[in-house]
Amino acid sequence: MSGDHPSAPLLEVAGLSVAFATRHGVVRAVRDVDLSLRAGECLAVVGESGSGKSVTARALLGLAGAGARVTARTLAFEGRDLRTLGGGQWRRLRGRRIGYVLQDALTSLDPLRRVGLEVAEALEVHGLARRDDLDDQVIRLLTEVGVPDPRVRFLQYPHELSGGLRQRALIASAIAAGPALLVADEPTTALDVTVQAQVLGLLEERRRRGTALLLISHDLAVVARLADQVAVMFAGEVVERGPAAALLSSPAHPYTADLLAAVPGLDDPDAPDATDGPEAPHGPDASDARGGPGGPGGPVRGLPIVRTGPAATTGCPYAPRCALADDRCRSEPPPPVSYGEGGPEGEDHMVRCFHPGRERPAAAFETPVAPVRVKNRAVVSVRGITKRYRSPDGSRRTAVGDVSFDLRAGEALGLVGESGSGKSTTARIVLAEIVPDTGTVLLDGEPWSGLRERDRRSRRSRIQLVDQDPLSSFDPRFTVERVVGEAVPGRMPRRRRRERAAALLGQVGLDPALLDRVPARLSGGQRQRVAIARALAPGPEVLVCDEPVSALDVTVQAQILALLARLRREAGVALLFISHDLGVVRQVCDRVAVMKDGRLVETGAVADVFRAPRAAYTAELLAAVPRIDPGRTAGERPHAAVTLEGHP
Amino acid sequence: MSAAPDAVTGGPYEPARLPATRACLTRVGLPRPGVALAVAFFALVCLAAAFPSAFAHAPDQVNPALALRGPTAGHPLGTDQLGRDVLARLVFGARPSLLVGVGSTLLAGVAGAAWGLLAALGGRVAGEAAMRLADVLLSFPAVLMALLVVAVLGPGTRNAALAITVALAPGFARVVRAQALVVRGSSYVRAAVGLGLAPARILLRHIAPNVVAPLLILATVNVGTALIAGASLSFLGLGPQPPAPEWGAMLAQSRDYLDVSWTLALFPGAAITLTVMSATVAGRALQDRYEGREAR
Repeated sequence: MSGDHPSAPLLEVAGLSVAFATRHGVVRAVRDVDLSLRAGECLAVVGESGSGKSVTARALLGLAGAGARVTARTLAFEGRDLRTLGGGQWRRLRGRRIGYVLQDALTSLDPLRRVGLEVAEALEVHGLARRDDLDDQVIRLLTEVGVPDPRVRFLQYPHELSGGLRQRALIASAIAAGPALLVADEPTTALDVTVQAQVLGLLEERRRRGTALLLISHDLAVVARLADQVAVMFAGEVVERGPAAALLSSPAHPYTADLLAAVPGLDDPDAPDATDGPEAPHGPDASDARGGPGGPGGPVRGLPIVRTGPAATTGCPYAPRCALADDRCRSEPPPPVSYGEGGPEGEDHMVRCFHPGRERPAAAFETPVAPVRVKNRAVVSVRGITKRYRSPDGSRRTAVGDVSFDLRAGEALGLVGESGSGKSTTARIVLAEIVPDTGTVLLDGEPWSGLRERDRRSRRSRIQLVDQDPLSSFDPRFTVERVVGEAVPGRMPRRRRRERAAALLGQVGLDPALLDRVPARLSGGQRQRVAIARALAPGPEVLVCDEPVSALDVTVQAQILALLARLRREAGVALLFISHDLGVVRQVCDRVAVMKDGRLVETGAVADVFRAPRAAYTAELLAAVPRIDPGRTAGERPHAAVTLEGHP
Repeated sequence: MSAAPDAVTGGPYEPARLPATRACLTRVGLPRPGVALAVAFFALVCLAAAFPSAFAHAPDQVNPALALRGPTAGHPLGTDQLGRDVLARLVFGARPSLLVGVGSTLLAGVAGAAWGLLAALGGRVAGEAAMRLADVLLSFPAVLMALLVVAVLGPGTRNAALAITVALAPGFARVVRAQALVVRGSSYVRAAVGLGLAPARILLRHIAPNVVAPLLILATVNVGTALIAGASLSFLGLGPQPPAPEWGAMLAQSRDYLDVSWTLALFPGAAITLTVMSATVAGRALQDRYEGREAR
């Protein structure tokens, strides 16, 4: 360890700015960020995509990139000024004193190198191990991060490891040199909940042993468990920073409050923020409404571009999306102010807002309409379907094994499982994109899966798909008008088709002015709305939603879920809702079916399954879901004692 | 990625700017001066090919008294071994040269597109057969393949163009097939099937247009290759026959007089080089732009 006094900050950052020169002008990705982190502490930087959180992390590692201009008043690590470091000095620091864990472990690991070598490299480069005991050290490290059979894994290639094991191997190589600070950029984003819980536990273990953690995440619930301090970033600025317990229990900045409200919870499905959340009826979606200087036409979504003079950056960056914004918010940038009483050790709770902690008006919520009528008629009947694939080694793998369920008219059925559980294969069979080996699917009580495509085509309009990645499901040459218009059935003149497409956009809460845009120039939320509009166009009875919100920021996700809930009431469509996210399913669905290894392990009403799961696997899934429980953190502060433990 | 930032300084923040000239060019839509020059030069060659008499006269007028002169006021690029004006012959040689280069690329594009689509969307047997045939043809170097075809068909402008078409088409077929397979497996074709569109409509509306765009780009980049191949064939005496002016043939004839008049080889060689370069630069720029837009 550094040997510093425990309360002296390990990392001290003040006035950090990162700017990139682009063809469209200078993009100030990070502006005036202050952070500080002590040994054994965890600081979480939270924000949506484009908020500058990853750029901040990279700047701290000297990896902001050749085109980046990094400036800071203070940038010190272990008492050293990082601003003056040269390339070689950075390299000696990186990996040795600061470890870096990236999100995507498959692409972060060299596919042609055995896992053991990858981990050994960190030790070798920094001259921390003799050649003859290098292997033993690596195996010790792999054991330490909980890789089973480390002697076998040592010789395997990254593609032979599961996502969770790859992430562990990556963490092993990041901690190999015993760094004082571990920077983890979205370390669990690509992982299933149960694996995510394990990786978080591993990081917690590192922190308990005295390593400081800088955790970058878009997910407040993930960081809530680990963080001592939370910094919320928006449009390149830290808008709120404070002790985790105080910030999560009484958020001061409206953006933090919006983020917290948007997190799908497991416990409270009837809260107004859940299904009837902040969906502005015809308003543009969040990432669009950010507009302002860096509006949707800008090169980087949501980042202000300095074009001419200071006029472009006036006001609070959150003002366009904020329910509390007034003229002052729009004209002058709010300075950082202290809020509340701070943390138990006198940590400051900082917020950049003119109205810190004020209650947001409830007017933004949609008023609930009549409850959904679920009829007892099955629109989709799945009867004992099985699909097996041949693995590369010749064995047969059962993707879906003997799955049966009914989807009733107007019902929302959630299909939940981890990756590889067969839920997407089931969806494709229900959509008759692939034919099951055995079993049948009936649509409206008539044969569906066994038909020839020619006979099926006329009835395809009855069942439509909303995909995880809407952009790739649009013809890249098509405008929104053509994407949606093509799905409108029947022959009609172009004007009439355009009107229908405009009406459909209105139905999903999009401005018809977007008709002439190319989908590539829309935000993620807008694209998903266009995809939903297209799916509604033929007037289907069933929408199959395959992970429809998993690629979206949490605030946009809440809007799309609210939209689906509304459309379900208005258009009376049944939803087959596939997701790995239990919180999302809880919000949207009436019934839930849990899949594991291609089989249904449990089916039942959402409330029952979530309250009293019958299958052990369901209970395990539920337990692994990260949740925000500020009460726990505020009450006992378990980390305070632990921090001291690291420095006797 | 491993490059450390070179601007970690505590100094005041200065916004970086693009150089003024570059910014100015970008505004009028000419991002790179090299590309602008290439496009201008290629356009000039095309104009010369279309309206040669607007630029020069009498490419075949023989004047033995003035043979093998260097550049003079009357003959800015000099004269050849028969006293013919080199400038006039270059201008009139643009048409056959371009015809072989551009014409064969177009033909190869059309033939290759049909071939590739058949291979991708036709039955399994037809597809395999079409691709194995392409593999066989591609295993010969392009110029060798063209030589073989000219040997069978006989020399001449049209046959040279056909020969290069045969040499280029399998390459196009392969690209089209690969692209068609990608498009056929794409989410948007999946979505179109899900909407219940008929296969013919999906082919015409979604698959074909998305295959053609990259094909056009490839074709532009390939014009340079075809031009070189055409010039090579006529350099070997297999293209347009004398006395018709053609750049490759002019270059071939100049070899015999190199010790008397080195400019005789310089200008046709320069014409070929510059045209190929400008076609390639323009094609690559188009490619960058297309792919840049795709990514955005």
